[in-house]
Amino acid sequence: MDWLFLDAAFTGGSRDECSAKAGGACWAVIGERLNLFTYGFYPVAERWRVNLSLVLLIFTLFPILFEKAPYRKYALHIAVAFPFVTAWLLVGGLGLTPVETDQFGGFMLTLVIGITGIGFSLPIGILLALGRQSKLPAIQIFSIGFIEFIRGVPLITLLFVASTMLNYFLPPGVTFDLLLRVLIMVTLFASAYMAEVIRGGLQAIPKGQFEAADSMGLHYWSAMRLIVLPQAIKISIPGIVNTFIGLYKDTTLVIIIGLLDPLGIGRASLADTRWTGLSTEVYLFVAIFFFISCFGMARYSQHLEKKLETDHKR
Amino acid sequence: MTQKPESANEKTKSAAGNYAVTMRDVHKWYGKFHVLKNINLNVEVGEKIVICGPSGSGKSTLIRCINRLEEHQQGEIFVEGIELSHDIKNIEIIRREVGMVFQHFNLFPHLTVLENCTLAPIWVRKMPLAEANAIAMEYLERVKIPEQADKYPGQLSGGQQQRVAIARSLCMKPRILLFDEPTSALDPEMIKEVLDVMIQLASEGITMICVTHEMGFARTVGDRVIFMDNGEIIEENNPDDFFLNPQHERTKLFLSQILNH
Repeated sequence: MDWLFLDAAFTGGSRDECSAKAGGACWAVIGERLNLFTYGFYPVAERWRVNLSLVLLIFTLFPILFEKAPYRKYALHIAVAFPFVTAWLLVGGLGLTPVETDQFGGFMLTLVIGITGIGFSLPIGILLALGRQSKLPAIQIFSIGFIEFIRGVPLITLLFVASTMLNYFLPPGVTFDLLLRVLIMVTLFASAYMAEVIRGGLQAIPKGQFEAADSMGLHYWSAMRLIVLPQAIKISIPGIVNTFIGLYKDTTLVIIIGLLDPLGIGRASLADTRWTGLSTEVYLFVAIFFFISCFGMARYSQHLEKKLETDHKR
Repeated sequence: MTQKPESANEKTKSAAGNYAVTMRDVHKWYGKFHVLKNINLNVEVGEKIVICGPSGSGKSTLIRCINRLEEHQQGEIFVEGIELSHDIKNIEIIRREVGMVFQHFNLFPHLTVLENCTLAPIWVRKMPLAEANAIAMEYLERVKIPEQADKYPGQLSGGQQQRVAIARSLCMKPRILLFDEPTSALDPEMIKEVLDVMIQLASEGITMICVTHEMGFARTVGDRVIFMDNGEIIEENNPDDFFLNPQHERTKLFLSQILNH
């Protein structure tokens, strides 16, 4: 505690200035590099776009996460536009100055990869889980093959494939943005895990529920959407959030293919001669950021489980 | 009293149209196990049929073939004149007109009682919400639990849950109701409340096919009792003759087993 706060130096231009002031932690490094940690190498003049995206994110998530949010019905419809608007804001074009995706970095990069992965892996995972139980052989074989292949390969391998191998398969001259490739790979990776988590939930649904739905004349998709999936997903919430958290933390692996996530920025900061040897402070700071996000997800999952509890076990 | 099955050559689709359900030479196998053997059955519109028999005799399988929860491998089944085949359209039409009440209720635990009742009318019949709610409340009153409409199934007793399940089936305004041992999973003191609802329903002209061991119910409302054993229909008769004057040895044995205690 003393080291963290009381004896810590919060300002200074280098490590030496810090230790001259106090014997504890030297948080000045974080202060000086905060913008780098947040935005990566995103052009300074365009950083308002990142901030605006974050505001949009909060306004989109709020009605999705909380049932009591005002105007929830309309907000949910507008939320569909969020990925497109944000992608436009961050990448540019169509009136905005284009920003190369290799300038993305820091927490912003973590959020872009994490939220894209989380947002797309759930629906894809649900489809794969249903596909795996499908009576149509082609769909079933595809789903099983996809899930088992992706689960059988480490994420890092997939990321390497994304960063190098795809170029061999694409016709020469066709460039395919590296970040986009990473997003696709991370999403597919998480989808395979998601599919298995949801399949567990599906198998916990008693056969009578399917029979009751069938006997009413509900179509397959209505029965799934209205009866089976709400129950299966509710059972799977702990596993789903577990996968989300795993995915979110796995975004740090992109450092290996040269994208600068917070850890990458941290390493770069430590390479600066003025700040060498402050690895504890830098990594602690990054760890706190991840802990806050992941703990938030975990708490929300508990809240959701309580809210959806309709069993009233007596 | 016994209805003789018509001979095979006379069977036409139009003849099946006069019956609520027609089964002709129906066979079903589970792997090598021959679960339904040469079932022939005509159910008149408005008729109340009670099916009984020892466990494993195929009686549940038989009624589950009527709404295609089980598939028959041989023979023909017509429901309201429509043939049950692989045609998914026909199956869906038939399921809309045939309600089913299960042994274990099979209510949807994540929906309230009212939502359980309105789900099929809204999504299958495309009924507006207000109308579906009104109909649901009407039937919940009929089964005497309108005050439970906003509770979840898990908060109700078994007898209440089964009455909700009956109301849920009725909300689709089916022409035929199938009951698959509706009281077998209930505590004795709750059986009466469910049977009372079923007896009241029987007086309203709906076609009912019930698999049940409630012999009192069979006598009160049954037009015909069918006894099954080993996948075959052994005997069918009106309730009085069935109970007082059973023809077949296996029927006598079965009746002595369920009535002598």
